[in-house]
Amino acid sequence: MNLEILGISVLWTFLFGYIMVGAIDFGAGFFNAYSLLTGKQRILTNVIQRYLSPVWEVTNVFLVFFFVGIIGFFPKTAFYYGTTLLVPVSFGIILLAVRGSYYAFETYGARGHKGYSFMYGLAGLLIPASLSIVLTISEGGFIEMVDGRPVLDYWILFTSPLTWSIVVLSLSATLYISAVFLTWYAHKAGDIEATGLLRKYALIWALPTIVTAGGIIFELRKHNPEHYENIQTFWPMFLISFILFIGTVYLLAKRKQYGWAFGLLGGQFAFAFFGYGASHYPYLLYPYLTLYDSFTNPAMATALVIAFILGLCLLIPSLILIMRLFLFNKDYVRGKSDHHA
Amino acid sequence: MINEEAVFYSRVLTELTLSFHILYATIGVGVPIMIMIAQWVGIKKNDEHYILLARRWARGFVITVAVGVVTGTAIGLQLSLLWPNFMELAGNVIALPLFMETFAFFFEAIFLGIYLYTWDRFENQKKHLLLLVPVAIGASFSAVFITIVNAFMNAPQGFDIVDGQLVNINPILAMFNPAMPTKVAHVVITAYMTAAFVLAAIAAFRLLKGSDHIYHKKALYLTMKLGLVFSIGAAIIGDFSGKYLAEYQPEKLAAAEWHFETKENAELVLLGILKDEDEVKYAIKVPFGLSLLAHNNPKAEVIGLDQFPVDERPPLYIHYLFNIMVLIGMWMVVLAGWFWIGIRRGWKSVQSRWFRWLIVLGGPLAFLAIEAGWWLAEVGRQPWILRHIMRVEEAATTSGHVDLMLILFCLLYLVLGTGSVVVLRRMFRKNPVERELEDRHAERGGDVR
Repeated sequence: MNLEILGISVLWTFLFGYIMVGAIDFGAGFFNAYSLLTGKQRILTNVIQRYLSPVWEVTNVFLVFFFVGIIGFFPKTAFYYGTTLLVPVSFGIILLAVRGSYYAFETYGARGHKGYSFMYGLAGLLIPASLSIVLTISEGGFIEMVDGRPVLDYWILFTSPLTWSIVVLSLSATLYISAVFLTWYAHKAGDIEATGLLRKYALIWALPTIVTAGGIIFELRKHNPEHYENIQTFWPMFLISFILFIGTVYLLAKRKQYGWAFGLLGGQFAFAFFGYGASHYPYLLYPYLTLYDSFTNPAMATALVIAFILGLCLLIPSLILIMRLFLFNKDYVRGKSDHHA
Repeated sequence: MINEEAVFYSRVLTELTLSFHILYATIGVGVPIMIMIAQWVGIKKNDEHYILLARRWARGFVITVAVGVVTGTAIGLQLSLLWPNFMELAGNVIALPLFMETFAFFFEAIFLGIYLYTWDRFENQKKHLLLLVPVAIGASFSAVFITIVNAFMNAPQGFDIVDGQLVNINPILAMFNPAMPTKVAHVVITAYMTAAFVLAAIAAFRLLKGSDHIYHKKALYLTMKLGLVFSIGAAIIGDFSGKYLAEYQPEKLAAAEWHFETKENAELVLLGILKDEDEVKYAIKVPFGLSLLAHNNPKAEVIGLDQFPVDERPPLYIHYLFNIMVLIGMWMVVLAGWFWIGIRRGWKSVQSRWFRWLIVLGGPLAFLAIEAGWWLAEVGRQPWILRHIMRVEEAATTSGHVDLMLILFCLLYLVLGTGSVVVLRRMFRKNPVERELEDRHAERGGDVR
């Protein structure tokens, strides 16, 4: 394995991490807001707040890690993506800012404030949609080079069915991932009512998720035939992903093994995400930028890899600690102890 | 091809984001240390007031951290969105500290989550305090790594440019550039200093507003004492920063000091206003002052602006920023020193209302000094984004939508700024310290029965 592939694998893994923890987080915020609207907050708010509270800041770091890492390993991305993404990513930043700060305002300053809850629920749901545009653009066809400068064509972007399918996928996947996780979490907390409701949400969002995911592959055939061809060569990964999806839905439908259901879902998304990533290789941006012509110098690459390994030695034990204290601590999950400052 | 309008708006937007973010970032770096010290004092003295002080500070801190995190994410992304050409170059040479900063931030975020949700969970308070150590370390190291990147912009090294190509890249050398030691030390210690004075201002304000509780007096004494130590440290490091500038960035020092001609026995220009091009009026001139400041030698030669081509000189208004920063810094040393001696000697003045109002004023003043210092640092580097390598206009985006984004971000910061103030006020007003102490006693009493 060369440094280029090592670098992108690390970044892709962190992006996967962000998509999973982010989806749980954003979906939870949305369900919380939705339950306020429909008068079901009695059922949901407690279990959602328990999960969200200690981890919200950690979620954000996954994203920061990804974009700082990609500039470090592939500095040319700053030129191509930086120039073209001003508008979509600025919207993403604003949504992230509203989501993060309003969450803190509500949780630590003004418990039960409806305005804050709605705003962060809604902002959270729109974040995946606005950030997913980056993946759409990476497929090519939306950026033109004018006088040696990349320019994004908004008209083509927003009239493309590919764009909107990816937006729909990001929304439904967010709600699906979140609902499956929270079903398990509520079950662990022994909250039967919340488990039942969240299980229903999970089953509702399963179908749109798988349909749009399939639809996107189909649309790529027209939009980016080269990528479509590559996807074909990775078909076993997508098949496994689909089988895992069936497994999750089966367990949810039969009301058993919610932990396993979430585990299979993790596998489903991992296979699909890495299959997609691998078939995207070697392009970072069709057809202008590959891993190889954007890669940093060997000295910086080595330094980054060493820093990464040292950083992991620090992070992994800390992550295990926070999970043991909160996510996997029975007393905490069941709400028997509240030790907030 | 340069888009003049995009350059201008990119500068304004970056300045806006940084000016807003730095307020929260400064609190984010400084306050964990204060919490740590208060909790430690509380454990040592077995005094619940200090423990409660730490706890209440921690509660308020979360709100500021949230805004600091999201605006930090904003500036992190805006660097690439607004300055893509700079980041492409910087990514090759100075990406290492940026990358390490995310780890420091990660580390801080995890332990802050744990710390906040484990109050009273441990029998031994010291174990809980221990959880704060990684928060404080992570916060301070975030500042260290980010400031290293800024230092690199002022004194780039660790690479060569041959035929427009970057060669001989050495990331470690780039990190340990000449600007790094003074800049990093100055940023970190002034964050501690500002945090101390802001918390002192809050305590003084409570005392002025009718609460006579010993809790606030303890808070005031502790924070002013720490403020004194940090502000003296900031002044000493500030002096070293001046010597760094004289050696490595003489044009910045010359512009900040209105030192136009290279000469020996250079005098120091304090205050004053600039008439026409280079006529200084109403200034206090300290003979030999600048030579002394720059080189520790009253006779030393100090390089003036005349050594630099006109289009490579920073704007002269940075002199005002420099004066604001230095005067506030000095004033805070005097104020804190006066308070400390006054308490020990039993002076009446330090207990008086007007003195407490001065302490309250010290909070916003410390913030103003932070802002002035950063504007000085950034404007003083003009016209360069990377000194002698890349000009600001060469670095900027060519996108045509920066003005619109500027409006959106103005609104965002307005919302976040007012939101955080409203929430913080509401949080502490609804739960004053007197009531919280009573509640805690009642709870404990209940346990005994």
